[in-house]
Amino acid sequence: MTPAILSDPQKRESAMRSTSVRQMKNRLFVYFCTVVASVSVLILFVLLGAIFTQGLNFLSLDFLKRPASTDPAECGVSTGLVGTLMICSVCALFTLPLGVATAIFLEEYQPKSRFFRRMRSFVQLNITNLAGVPSVVYGILGLTAFVNLFGIAGSHSEPAFEIGANHYYQYLNLEPDEPQTMLIPVSGSDQSAPELKTGMLAYTGNGRQVELNVISADAAWPDDPDLEARTLRVNETGGLLTETRWYHFQIPFGRSVLAMGLTLMLVVLPILITASQEALRAVPFSLREGAYGLGASRWQTVRSVTLPAAIPGIMTGSIIAMSRAIGEAAPIVIISGVAFMTAMPHSLMSDSPVLPLQIFFWSGQAVKGFHDVAASGIIVLLGVLLLFNMFAVILRQKLQKPLS
Amino acid sequence: MMTSQPNDPVQNPAFPASQSPSDAVASANGTKTAPQASGSLNNMTQALRTNSQAPLTSETELAQAVAVRNFNAWYGDFHVLHNIEMSIPERRVTAFIGPSGCGKSTFLRWINRMNDTVEGAHAKGHLMLHDLDLLDRRTDVVDLRRRVGMVFQKPNPFPKTIYDNIAFGPRLHMKVSKSEMDELVEWSLKKAALWTEVKNRLYPSALGLSGGQQQRLCIARAIAIGPEVLLMDEPASSLDPKSAAAIEELISELRQEYTIVIVTHSMQQAARTSDYTAFLYEGVLVEFGPTQKIFTNPEREETENYITGRFG
Repeated sequence: MTPAILSDPQKRESAMRSTSVRQMKNRLFVYFCTVVASVSVLILFVLLGAIFTQGLNFLSLDFLKRPASTDPAECGVSTGLVGTLMICSVCALFTLPLGVATAIFLEEYQPKSRFFRRMRSFVQLNITNLAGVPSVVYGILGLTAFVNLFGIAGSHSEPAFEIGANHYYQYLNLEPDEPQTMLIPVSGSDQSAPELKTGMLAYTGNGRQVELNVISADAAWPDDPDLEARTLRVNETGGLLTETRWYHFQIPFGRSVLAMGLTLMLVVLPILITASQEALRAVPFSLREGAYGLGASRWQTVRSVTLPAAIPGIMTGSIIAMSRAIGEAAPIVIISGVAFMTAMPHSLMSDSPVLPLQIFFWSGQAVKGFHDVAASGIIVLLGVLLLFNMFAVILRQKLQKPLS
Repeated sequence: MMTSQPNDPVQNPAFPASQSPSDAVASANGTKTAPQASGSLNNMTQALRTNSQAPLTSETELAQAVAVRNFNAWYGDFHVLHNIEMSIPERRVTAFIGPSGCGKSTFLRWINRMNDTVEGAHAKGHLMLHDLDLLDRRTDVVDLRRRVGMVFQKPNPFPKTIYDNIAFGPRLHMKVSKSEMDELVEWSLKKAALWTEVKNRLYPSALGLSGGQQQRLCIARAIAIGPEVLLMDEPASSLDPKSAAAIEELISELRQEYTIVIVTHSMQQAARTSDYTAFLYEGVLVEFGPTQKIFTNPEREETENYITGRFG
């Protein structure tokens, strides 16, 4: 028995929806979508236009090469750019293996035992939650975990382990004609000023190794030119000076590029793990079955079938994660907060400014010229981000192959 | 070793049938009283005629490759297979037929433990490949799957070159030099009747092949590691008739060297390609015997009803 709504022509006619109204609603929806999309694009263009008009006249190759300066006309982004790139490289280096390995653990291994099943859902729950944590919170975590290592291995100014750093006490040799600095080596940065004694090892300002000659506060300055170049008065006060090499490393990491990179790793890890999981999930199960059916172990299957098939997706995900890391300022403020620095970061343990933080610092300056510098900095940052995203798009186009 | 009486093919209740779990199916419809060849079997007979190598009845002195005794399998709480008893003969083609959901694929997937990847799948009973206990937890599935290859319903070549698809298996298990690998790839592709079609393009992606070629590639890939048993889960069901015919022909070629177990939904395919046929219904092995006998003179009424298309 056909229902009445289909069999009774009258009932059917009265129940029909109007075709013209349906078509109109359909058109209206298209207009609505177009307007909404245009508005967001328009806002972006207004923003870009404002920044470019303000920042373009400052932008030059020199702007990229110069370090930061107190004079806006002399100011550049080189330190920030190098710092950003270094920190992001550190971040990528640690995030990629960790993130991909975690995604493989979550996707490829079906836990047999109750314990592992619990652990898997626990990890999954954590990652989902971590993705929503504000990045400032990660900054505090990074400060505790990486900068201070929970306080279990000294403090960052008195590290438990350190290589590649030389500590000196610096004094001024008051030779009448040619005053110069004298450096007395000390074992660590926690040392108080050494007691000056004749015969101590010292370095003159030009790096020559000499034996120190100490005279009393009221004694006459020696006449011998060789002797007077290495003489200090006993009551002289000095200051601590630390020279670090490119391989400088200490535990805990202190306010350093390494600590900042690791903190950014915490920020982007959930993003990368989720992206990698998606990529692995997109690999058809039939491919895994094919490999298992040939007697591949789980590791062999992951290494030679699943992972290669998921690589394009993982790459795109990791580049998106890195773009996020580049733009992140909040955790960096907590860890380092240095925005003005003229020295290049030269080791993993150097403190370093990053571009977003410099932009924030400049835009808050009272001197008008710095606002233009900030705009130019934004253009540089956008350029770097665009470069990354372009790379992601190209990779996706090149590597994405059909899987079945 | 199988034992049976070399009797008249029609009258003889053939060898594996004597091991069929009569107790398990006793409540079903009872055994058929008078063996008779139904008229609707005509197209089957046609198919059987092309299967010239199939034995009319069970052969004497036939070695068993896989011994199945009192085998039960579950998915979680769902009891899929009930007390299966059969002997899969060596170097013969054994077909599993039955309606969807009767457990034939499950059974197949237990023979190389592919069900390990399915959550909640477990089995009890006696399932032996020669002297290797297939259900033992300590059994090395990696080594087991080297001995028992598998071809799936949907062709699943890896997104690699044709050469690398074949070389994948050998590389997993052996250290092979380049020249040995070349030889192995050529041999496997020839064996799978694909060599002439691909010999000039071994290095483009295997995904560029047609469905039928892909499936033959999967068979070549399975042979390349020198298995004893080849499991085929509806290998031709996703292919066009011509490619399906090529696969069937290939199975006939391979029957001399490998123990082949094939799951199929096509009665004609079972009749054309297999030496022995097992009919499963709702997780119970209803009948198992030489294909000629199952299709012309089945012991049980359910078998006849199924192969003549009355249900399923």
